[in-house]
Amino acid sequence: MKHYSAFAVAREALRYHTGWERAWRSPEPKKRYDAIIVGAGGHGLATAYYLGKNYGIQNVAVIEKGWLGGGNTGRNTTIIRSNYLQDPSAAIYEKARGLYEDLSQELNYNIMFSPRGVIMLAQTQHEIRGYQRTAHANALQGVQTEWIGPERVKELVPIINLEGPRYPVLGGLWQERGGTARHDAVAWGYARACSAMGMDIIQQCEVTGVRQENGRVVGVDTTKGAIDCDKLGIVVAGHSGQLAEMAGFRLPLEAVALQALVSEPIKPCMDVVVMANTVHGYMSQSDKGEMVIGGGTDAYNNFTQRGSFHHIEETVRALVETFPMISRLKMLRQWGGIVDMTGDRSPILSKTPLQGCFINGGWGTGGFKAIPGSGWGMAQLMATGHSSLTEAFSLDRFKEGRFIDESVAAGVAH
Amino acid sequence: MLILNCPYCGVDAEETELAAGGEAHLKRFGPGSSDDEFHDYLFMRENPKGVHFERWRHANGCGKWFHAARCTQSLEVFGTYSAQTTEPPKEIKDAITAKRPGWTWREFS
Repeated sequence: MKHYSAFAVAREALRYHTGWERAWRSPEPKKRYDAIIVGAGGHGLATAYYLGKNYGIQNVAVIEKGWLGGGNTGRNTTIIRSNYLQDPSAAIYEKARGLYEDLSQELNYNIMFSPRGVIMLAQTQHEIRGYQRTAHANALQGVQTEWIGPERVKELVPIINLEGPRYPVLGGLWQERGGTARHDAVAWGYARACSAMGMDIIQQCEVTGVRQENGRVVGVDTTKGAIDCDKLGIVVAGHSGQLAEMAGFRLPLEAVALQALVSEPIKPCMDVVVMANTVHGYMSQSDKGEMVIGGGTDAYNNFTQRGSFHHIEETVRALVETFPMISRLKMLRQWGGIVDMTGDRSPILSKTPLQGCFINGGWGTGGFKAIPGSGWGMAQLMATGHSSLTEAFSLDRFKEGRFIDESVAAGVAH
Repeated sequence: MLILNCPYCGVDAEETELAAGGEAHLKRFGPGSSDDEFHDYLFMRENPKGVHFERWRHANGCGKWFHAARCTQSLEVFGTYSAQTTEPPKEIKDAITAKRPGWTWREFS
């Protein structure tokens, strides 16, 4: 792998950019790997990367049905924060946020991490109490957040309307080191680093079966033939249930569509991320100037990557009241992603009933922010059989009643 | 937009008029059941990419609960039927078979 640097840009400029090489190889699959990761999204690639980097397991393949980073990694609203109420959530999301801080340097790939700050608006009395509680919990967890009043919100977000008739802004939970990153670049950066370690990223290759002997995984069947492996990681978000079925077990997940949209680009007007959970809307401004808007999920199972139009209407209606100046913006694009939701709205990072097979899924509506922490914990779990980061997120927590209840703590925008 | 025909009042109701009620034909487990049964009843929903049976409520209409057979991949609706039943009626099953030969869902096919 050639190092990216200012010098490399100058060198290539002098020779008409003929020296750039492909960021990752696209090899044909080998017969056997030590570990196979299904799903070349952010979480899958991060898992592979930390398997190689932290545990020296580099004979790894990442198998992807479509193209790398083409699922939810390329469909989210790029928000990074770790202001969660429950300890296990705060631990894994804060680990991720911390890793994001210098991920560009580590991967030698600019992921454009922008710790511009995230505000979660309190627009009801209930939310004031909820976010003050979260701020106290974060103080104990070592996550830097604070409760701020409406005046400070107005200072940080001059375009906000504090006095909305239905949803007045009563304050907010402020995480100064939260922010955004370039979502595609996170997948691309990890992919490049994995490829440089000698890992094979195999795109356009669908897993059609999981092969097992005596209760242990021995490989997968794919559209490019059978591939053997010692360990298998299933990291496929919306299709976790389908993969689990191939492996012979079930998951407590349901797939629904989550939508987002962006406006036409405008001049800089908002340099923080604002989330308004009461009205199911959140907004930030991209470096190109587009207002990036996220909405709510559909209430029913859905694999179409579209979502219902009325959810956009509800989200935009509420945001227009909170940010009157966006009322005349044209919306450029709308898209949906299939998110896998668990009962307690927390992910599953776990061993499975099939030996050697591990699952990382159920991130629901909030996976992007967790990518580095999720990969870090999942790699530890796959390599050593145990990880303090993922321990609480095991599959048996539902049977044992150990919920990590973020459905109340995080609301819908998660 | 999803449109379901309410089998009670006969109205073709749009999605905004309806409330989704999750998986249909659940068998309920309570006190005296095993941990596995209770766990599955509470958390293990069917999550098919294809034929699915659901409960819906005509919330902003006649208010009645009913059942719908739907494809989660294409959003095609195969039909709606009464909530007063523990399994899909034959005409609904036949309508699905006409479009998705060989379908199965839990113990139904």
